[in-house]
Amino acid sequence: MSIEAVPASDPIKQAAVVLPWSIVVAGSIVGLWIILALFAPVVAPYDPTAVDIANALKAPSVAHWFGTDQVGRDVLSRVIHGARIDLLMCLAGVLPPLLIGTTVGLLSGYYGGTVDTLLMRLYDLTAAFPFFVLVLAIVGVLGPGLLNFFIALAVVGWVTYARLVRAEVMAIRDSEYVQAAQCLGYSDRVVLLRHVLPNAFGPVVAYAVSDAVLVMLAGASFGFLGMGAQPPLAEWGVMISDGSRYIRQAWWICTFPGLAAISLGLGLAFLGDGLGQLRRGQVSA
Amino acid sequence: MQIVLRRIIQLIFVLAGICIVTFLLVHMVPGDPARVIAGDRASPETIEAIRQRFGLDRPLWQQFVTYAGNLFAGDIGQSMRYKRPVVALIGQYIWPTLFLTGYVICLAVPPSVALAIASARRPGSLADQLIRCIGIAGMAIPVFWLGIMMSRFFGVGLGWFPVSGYGKTFADHLHHLFLPALSTAIWMVPVLVQSLRAALIEKAAADFVVAARAQGAGEREIFWRTVLPNAMLPTLNLFGVLVAFLIGGTIIVETVYAVPGLGTLMVNSLLARDYQVVQGLTLMFAVTTVAVTFVVDLVSAAIDPRARL
Repeated sequence: MSIEAVPASDPIKQAAVVLPWSIVVAGSIVGLWIILALFAPVVAPYDPTAVDIANALKAPSVAHWFGTDQVGRDVLSRVIHGARIDLLMCLAGVLPPLLIGTTVGLLSGYYGGTVDTLLMRLYDLTAAFPFFVLVLAIVGVLGPGLLNFFIALAVVGWVTYARLVRAEVMAIRDSEYVQAAQCLGYSDRVVLLRHVLPNAFGPVVAYAVSDAVLVMLAGASFGFLGMGAQPPLAEWGVMISDGSRYIRQAWWICTFPGLAAISLGLGLAFLGDGLGQLRRGQVSA
Repeated sequence: MQIVLRRIIQLIFVLAGICIVTFLLVHMVPGDPARVIAGDRASPETIEAIRQRFGLDRPLWQQFVTYAGNLFAGDIGQSMRYKRPVVALIGQYIWPTLFLTGYVICLAVPPSVALAIASARRPGSLADQLIRCIGIAGMAIPVFWLGIMMSRFFGVGLGWFPVSGYGKTFADHLHHLFLPALSTAIWMVPVLVQSLRAALIEKAAADFVVAARAQGAGEREIFWRTVLPNAMLPTLNLFGVLVAFLIGGTIIVETVYAVPGLGTLMVNSLLARDYQVVQGLTLMFAVTTVAVTFVVDLVSAAIDPRARL
């Protein structure tokens, strides 16, 4: 009787996994915005806060590609600088809930028990509130501003991440490689960080990218409602809010920040979807 | 029956949790809660009256008992700005919001169902991929921006629709709320299509579909008779989530079109620091979401024979 070795995974095949075109295109859009945000002072043709009343409400032209706003600030420069704020919102709005949620979900799914029961009840409770309403109420009570927006997102958002990680961990907990690691006498810490976490993290990343879209749009909505970034700041939602007052004479002020938000949103949405597909594809292959 | 009982117990816990969260909401504010509730320009007498009314000098748990007691008596607070009970305010502002919500559902559901069916009939086809892309892309549209653009184009530009207000008669309401409803519906269709499509495709791969096929049923018959009815149940279960989603959307859209509804009331109260109204509205929105989810669960338990065990 001969035993043929069956490789668990073919390294050549894995290397040849074709990136879905959507990831490439979406990734480029997001990458482009990141570069624009990083080099905003270099790329932007004007100072985003420079007031020039003589040139207020000018239509798009060679000098001002996206026109100027009600006090003569260059809309293109403000859109480019706005990318800094809106990308920062994605980062600061997604990372804290992700870190807190992953930690709690990891422990809760691995050990179970009272903490786990408590987490699930907490999830039920958070899910009872419409997300937007709860975040809005918390920001309203703490006071308008970006910092409070991030705090509210962390308070409300971590539970979703925790539940996601918990479900993954519970599926992984009983798998052979975790049992093997446990039998070999590795401490819980090592098993959790080295074996469970890397395998549970894939769906979290895919979800986090899609979540960034929601956070960015929520942040822009908050800016629009006057509850997020505050006016002198060039944030897309704030710019749209400013521009909506002048929309009869100057359509460009609020059109371009909206298009910017859509393009970044599209990039992130398709990136998140592509990453999710990639992961599922690898699992089934 | 046991499931229903368990759901009722769970419901009570969640409702109690909602009370605690909304109670703590006002206590999160930095500074003197009495001053916070009374507002920035309140006189010392008003602040003292508030302190007396809510017993803000007493321990937190005693205050909570008072708050919960008031809730049971139907008193969810007093607006400092309007000098009226929050319940009365909600009674006044709820109609445009209800009208808008119904309008949005009427506009969003038929195209969503049609698109989802077109998509799930042939998964992987060009039509399916296109519809799926629309679904993902829909996530990226800022609904307030969409609202502004539509009001500029159809309202200000073409003059077909009013861009603010609610109107007086039923036909007036339909006319006034068309653009807000359309904006929200456009924003909502992708979400609906995605969930419906997922439900349909999941059911299309189920064992009973294989069984029907083995019995010699035609593909057309399988889809309309077997897949579609079975996909209704998971769709129904999504309703609670969608209502929560819809509430968030209408808040923003109402603000854009100055619809005198609950969303506008919420945002204006937030900006005016009228916290009792914010507290009351948050409570109401949460209870609404929970109630819808609960009713949906009961209905699906009644329809689904498996849940009757």
